[in-house]
Amino acid sequence: MSITVPNPADRTPRVPVRDKLAINRLRHRPSLDEAAVDRFLAEHQVPVIEGPHCTFLYRDQAGDTDEVHVRHRIVGQPQRVPMRRIEGTSLWYVGIELPEGSRVEYQLEVRRGEAVEQINDPLNPNVAHSPVGSSSVCQAHGYVTPEWTRHDPDAREGELIDFTIPSKALRRQVTCTAYLPARYRHTARYPVLIVHDGHDYLNFASMKTVLDNLIHRLDLAETVVVFSDPGDRLREYANSAAHARHLATELLPHLEAELPLIGTPPGRALMGSSFGAVASLTTAYRYPETFGSLLLQSGSFVFTDIGTDHGGGPAFDPVVKFMNRYRARPRRVADRIFMSCGIYEPLITPNRSMVPVFEQAGMTVRYVEARDGHSWEDWRDRLRDGLSWVYPGPQKFVYE
Amino acid sequence: MTEHDQPGTPGETLRGSVTLLGPQRRPRLSAVVDQLGLEGPFATINAGWQERESDDDELDRQLGGRSRNLTLWTRWQDVLERDPEYAAAARQHRDVLQETQDLYLLGLDHALQAVLDLDRQPIRSEQVREAAVAEAEWVLRKIDERHLDKVRAIHADFYARHPPHERAAIVEHRAAVAGMLADAGALVLTGGHVGVLLEVLHLFNVGAEVDELPVLAWSAGAMALTDRVVLFHDRVAHGPTSAEVYDAGIGLVPGIVPLPHARRRLHTEDAARMAILARRFAPSTCLLLDDGARVDLGPDGELPADATVFDRQGSIVAKGDLV
Repeated sequence: MSITVPNPADRTPRVPVRDKLAINRLRHRPSLDEAAVDRFLAEHQVPVIEGPHCTFLYRDQAGDTDEVHVRHRIVGQPQRVPMRRIEGTSLWYVGIELPEGSRVEYQLEVRRGEAVEQINDPLNPNVAHSPVGSSSVCQAHGYVTPEWTRHDPDAREGELIDFTIPSKALRRQVTCTAYLPARYRHTARYPVLIVHDGHDYLNFASMKTVLDNLIHRLDLAETVVVFSDPGDRLREYANSAAHARHLATELLPHLEAELPLIGTPPGRALMGSSFGAVASLTTAYRYPETFGSLLLQSGSFVFTDIGTDHGGGPAFDPVVKFMNRYRARPRRVADRIFMSCGIYEPLITPNRSMVPVFEQAGMTVRYVEARDGHSWEDWRDRLRDGLSWVYPGPQKFVYE
Repeated sequence: MTEHDQPGTPGETLRGSVTLLGPQRRPRLSAVVDQLGLEGPFATINAGWQERESDDDELDRQLGGRSRNLTLWTRWQDVLERDPEYAAAARQHRDVLQETQDLYLLGLDHALQAVLDLDRQPIRSEQVREAAVAEAEWVLRKIDERHLDKVRAIHADFYARHPPHERAAIVEHRAAVAGMLADAGALVLTGGHVGVLLEVLHLFNVGAEVDELPVLAWSAGAMALTDRVVLFHDRVAHGPTSAEVYDAGIGLVPGIVPLPHARRRLHTEDAARMAILARRFAPSTCLLLDDGARVDLGPDGELPADATVFDRQGSIVAKGDLV
């Protein structure tokens, strides 16, 4: 072994990385005034992304802010990160390092005296929406919104048709929307995918656009997709016998009677995220050999190895009870399972833990992770992986 | 200009000649037709594009306005509409084929993985490892062979139970297609969905009608002419897939595995995988049909010396350089 000792004379003086950051160059200006801050903000997108360094900014133009924190939900990291004011200016900042390809949703917590408000970042126009509101989005170095999530004028559009089905199991009218692919024909036969939280997938995960694009690009088989919404979500999706009965004995037979569907397990799939993934799994568990595939995103597969204290609140009680029972006696509930999870979400551990359990039960599992959180855009970004695996398009058949 | 680009004298081309082309996104069909001295009329099969079958204006232009679209996909749809009993049986038939294919793929993936694993083993004895790899490849070839046998048997059983010559709609269309082919001076098969092409070629008995006809084909059309159709795609959304035997083609071009868009669809730089591909289908030759390719088969169907092929080491070479 040889050790080469560098000659200090050979070394080019280096500027420390931190001093190269835009925010530090601003801070170290000899004369720093509001006009300089104006110019800085005009020249930079916020957060400022420089390699792994993400600089979050807040401007307190009224001059009455006492504290600002960045609030995010990256598991394992401090989720309330204090910002500092640049002396003599209205600008607050903090730097957070994020690995390449990360996508993080956050808000700013601003305290003025006793008043504390949590707001989207006023300097960042990039906002993600969900059923519970919106959040600002930090797209770290290397993150690119997949182009197949955006409208493609060349992609022929499928059709959305609303319908209502009376459910004895759920004791309510269930409203659904069916997606029929472009070039839909009665003489053809289609696989079907039933999507939990259906309209959230349509509204917050661009799912119609994604379906149009993936089918157009031959990534996804021409598929009938049925978007179903819950009534009382936390009850219906948390291992509910009534919900499973509705899907397997009411909705599915209705669809197979009305539409030209394949009608066998390989042509039937359930999909959902979070509690919707639990609903998919528990329905397949209650009706084995009915659904061939499951597409489970960030499943709320919370379980306990010891005791019953799961920390998820009462809504999770039936879920934990089911998961513990399933983990004690795993069984095959479908042929294939696609799972995805964001590594920044607390559910990453339960999801990782379920992969070998499902595999040992004799199911083929495809598991994908992303540097993202428990969010609709994460689930949107994983749709191509999942859909094209569950129902592969005819790419291998088509030679132009 | 290659030797193939030398202009020919009209009328000199032998009837029954077969020319395989690369993808025609930048068409050179017109030039090839002129060089071969083909005068038409040209029976065309554009069924691989399914409901877009009739969008053949450019094709017709390339053929000097002398094309006659056999409209096999439209005819197929007509059969399915007019003969619901046959349509139901055909659906069931496809289900059986699909299940057979799925099970084959399951076994195939394991067998292929075994070959790859053995191939990557650290060398203690080259001879021992080579023998182990050869044995695993033999298993692979047997799986492919058995699969194709099964598919043929399933087709035979289906056609025995539902003889096409006893179905009025099929008989009517077969007669029309045969008539058009009898009047044609050449047959042109385009790309598209190779499964659909095979379906209509078999259903309308095209193979039996083209014995003496010059044939030009590319992409899926070229694949459908062979005795064994191999599907492949390394760049699908969910990662590389194993090349798989799908079905028998019409057998006009035996002993060749055409690989249209090979450089676009395959990781051709991965010589180890390409070598397995080449050895797996040997003695058939894996023929690359990339943009601009033109392969005029010899009178006995042999490949010309400048055809681009994979050798046993997975390298891309000219057929004449194979050792």
